Amino acid sequence: MNVASADNYNFAYLDEQTKRMLRRAILKALAVPGYQVPFAPREMPMPYGWGTGGVQVSAACLVPEDRLKVIDQGADDTTNAVSIRKFFQRVAGVATTETTTEATVIQTRHRIPETPLKEDQILVYQVPIPEPLRFLEPRETETRRMHALEEYGLMHVKLYEDIARHGEIATAYAWPVMAEGRYVMTPSPIPKFDNPKLSDCPAIQLFGAGREARIHALPPWTKVVSLDFEDHPFQASKADHACEICGSCESYLDEVITDDQGGRMFVCSDTDFCSTRSNAQQSGAA
Amino acid sequence: MYVAVKGGERAIDNAHAWLAEERRGDTAIAALSIAQIREQLKLSVDRVMAEGSLYDPDLAALAIKQARGDLIEAIFLIRAYRTTLPRFGSSLPVETARMAVIRRISATYRDLPGGQVLGPTFDYTHRLLDFALAAEGLDVVEAPSANPEGLDNVPHVMGFLNRESLIEAPGAGDEVPPDLTRNPLQLPANRALRLQALARGDEGFLLSLAYSTQRGYGNTHAFVGELRIGQVTVEAELPELGFAIEIGEIELSECETVNQFGGSKSEPPQFTRGYGLVFGQSERKALSMSLVDRALRWKELGESHSPAPARDEEFVLSHCDNIQATGFLEHIKLPHYVDFQSELELVRRLRAAAITPSGKEE
Amino acid sequence: MTLQSTIKPLESGGFSNPPQQSARAFRAIMQAMARPGQVEKISGATPPAPLSPAAGTLALVLLDQTTPLWLAPSHDTPELRAWLTFHTGAPFAPAHEALFAIGTWAALNPVDRFAIGTPEYPDRAATLIVELTALAQDGPRLTGPGIRHEAQLSLPEIAAFQANRQLYPLGFDTFFAAGEQIAGLPRSTIVEAR
Repeated sequence: MNVASADNYNFAYLDEQTKRMLRRAILKALAVPGYQVPFAPREMPMPYGWGTGGVQVSAACLVPEDRLKVIDQGADDTTNAVSIRKFFQRVAGVATTETTTEATVIQTRHRIPETPLKEDQILVYQVPIPEPLRFLEPRETETRRMHALEEYGLMHVKLYEDIARHGEIATAYAWPVMAEGRYVMTPSPIPKFDNPKLSDCPAIQLFGAGREARIHALPPWTKVVSLDFEDHPFQASKADHACEICGSCESYLDEVITDDQGGRMFVCSDTDFCSTRSNAQQSGAA
Repeated sequence: MYVAVKGGERAIDNAHAWLAEERRGDTAIAALSIAQIREQLKLSVDRVMAEGSLYDPDLAALAIKQARGDLIEAIFLIRAYRTTLPRFGSSLPVETARMAVIRRISATYRDLPGGQVLGPTFDYTHRLLDFALAAEGLDVVEAPSANPEGLDNVPHVMGFLNRESLIEAPGAGDEVPPDLTRNPLQLPANRALRLQALARGDEGFLLSLAYSTQRGYGNTHAFVGELRIGQVTVEAELPELGFAIEIGEIELSECETVNQFGGSKSEPPQFTRGYGLVFGQSERKALSMSLVDRALRWKELGESHSPAPARDEEFVLSHCDNIQATGFLEHIKLPHYVDFQSELELVRRLRAAAITPSGKEE
Repeated sequence: MTLQSTIKPLESGGFSNPPQQSARAFRAIMQAMARPGQVEKISGATPPAPLSPAAGTLALVLLDQTTPLWLAPSHDTPELRAWLTFHTGAPFAPAHEALFAIGTWAALNPVDRFAIGTPEYPDRAATLIVELTALAQDGPRLTGPGIRHEAQLSLPEIAAFQANRQLYPLGFDTFFAAGEQIAGLPRSTIVEAR
């Protein structure tokens, strides 16, 4: 079946000049891991804040032969993931998949798939606030200077104040990381459970923030370290349960409220990982 | 079984169908035509064109219809459409001194060459609901006007002050202005870039900022030197021809304010300028823009630093775009259960540790 | 007729389907920059000599009116200027103002004249497109981001790239082109003799 790119839009929606601008930014982002390259975002037919940065980065990378997977919160069937997948089916005519291992490009919001990525894959993150220092210093002019001078004391002070107050670093997601020993960067708001997967990843990781007009990147095998202190080392954590559907004890879990009596259950956030496991179990049992 | 977010695709399709039905409303009532919106809701159309950064009354009217009258949604539709348009070239700067004015007032002079032209303004209407409008099929009487087509070549009021050097000279404006839609916003910005951002900025946001300067948050002491509304011709130079040709006419609202300036170490006291220019008949926006423009100029005029929201370039420029603002604001409706889950787990652990002070983490 | 024949050589050598060909070529270009030392194949452009098809394709994918270009003496021919102008519109600029520079390694030198970005904006650095006669995964040892353990690439020189690495996070980034092959060497790569 040949799915033609619909309407009169250019391949992957964006015009060629826009894609060239994005592609140049992506190359510079790969050359300086963790540094946020400014680009001139376009208004997309979906709202700012709903993945326009990821969509523009994906559009700049997609080839007609790609097989695209889109996840939001780890799931392929959440409404915004469905909407973005349909968009690319329509404007780029690319094949889509929900299976992590079959995908060549994966656009994600807030999760890294549980299934380890491969060399020939590209993971595109939707990023709301690309500046890890933004909530410590709202001014772009200031944070830009801090990155230039490698002045990350403020971040360490914040993390240390957490420890003083709470006994541990009170950050559960968007835990800041150091890319290749030079730039502090945000991994986009993924749960800290996912942080270790950022480092030494065989796939290219691209981060697009549309409204904030920044692209940053991690080439494959980049060393990515979650910020911590010697006496308070970083720990990836998750709910201490097993998935009630597939039984996995290793995957990140969503808590689902099942009734109004306080009943709840835990299931995998990664829907593909979960269904692959439970399908295998069923065929094994049969 | 676990079914929380399944069926996203069908849910979206059904929601869209429902939206279309709601948009149309009661089918016993005649549907609005684009022409009706364009002609009778003109000020909405003008706002959509201004903040959508695209001068096309018919498309703006269509966007308003499609957006069910939600103007920010309509602006969004226009912006998204605008990005897909190829750029053939740039026009020459428009000459507002040659505007065919339908409205032109000055608050700084009682009378002046060209005269005060009230034009179609709400200013002196009594805000009483006109129940006659509720009756259909009522004809309007043609308004008497000395110059229904507008007055041509009305001199700018600011020119009179300029002749006496009482007001700062206008910038030469020779350099090519930066293009916000093609290059990322870089701070600090120059005035051309600021004005560009303000011109497509949200009317309500600029109104509130301008108002705040009147209440002491970065006082600008503004007088309306001149407010003019009318048609200007747009010209473009075609490389093939080697000269400029007229490519169309657009309606603009232009406001120039006269502001006090106490002088600085290097400059004697002088009036200064604030400027606003907006597509269509959008005078509230043009006034607001000129007050905010003036407030943002404190640094270049050598004024002392006094923090106020309207003087904070980074704050104003980063937050004036309503399409960026509404998108990011509304994105919190998207599922965040992964982040929320990680917070839940953290708060539970912190609480458990607080309740048993010796309780070490596992 | 005469007009046709003067225009034709310019028009030829571009992409026949720019959106798809650019997309495919960019994927290879991105892989090259993301995985230093890995040789990728790109094609689609058939530029006038001495530009290689690979370098020509790089130009078509990355250059436009917003990217000042410097042609090193080895490549500064009227035919190539005309071809690049027709297909990309990139303005020609002096070496220190260029975002892209094309030439042989010898002609591009001294490479310390190229933009290396600023501490606030390290992305405002030049990208060099270096024409080589051949490209092989052999030669100096490369380590750094994008490389799992180590890689090798037939670089024309070592010292210049070591000096460039000293500037990190500033510095220029490099593509090498030979025939239909390219390889990338971002400023982040550590180059050592074997």
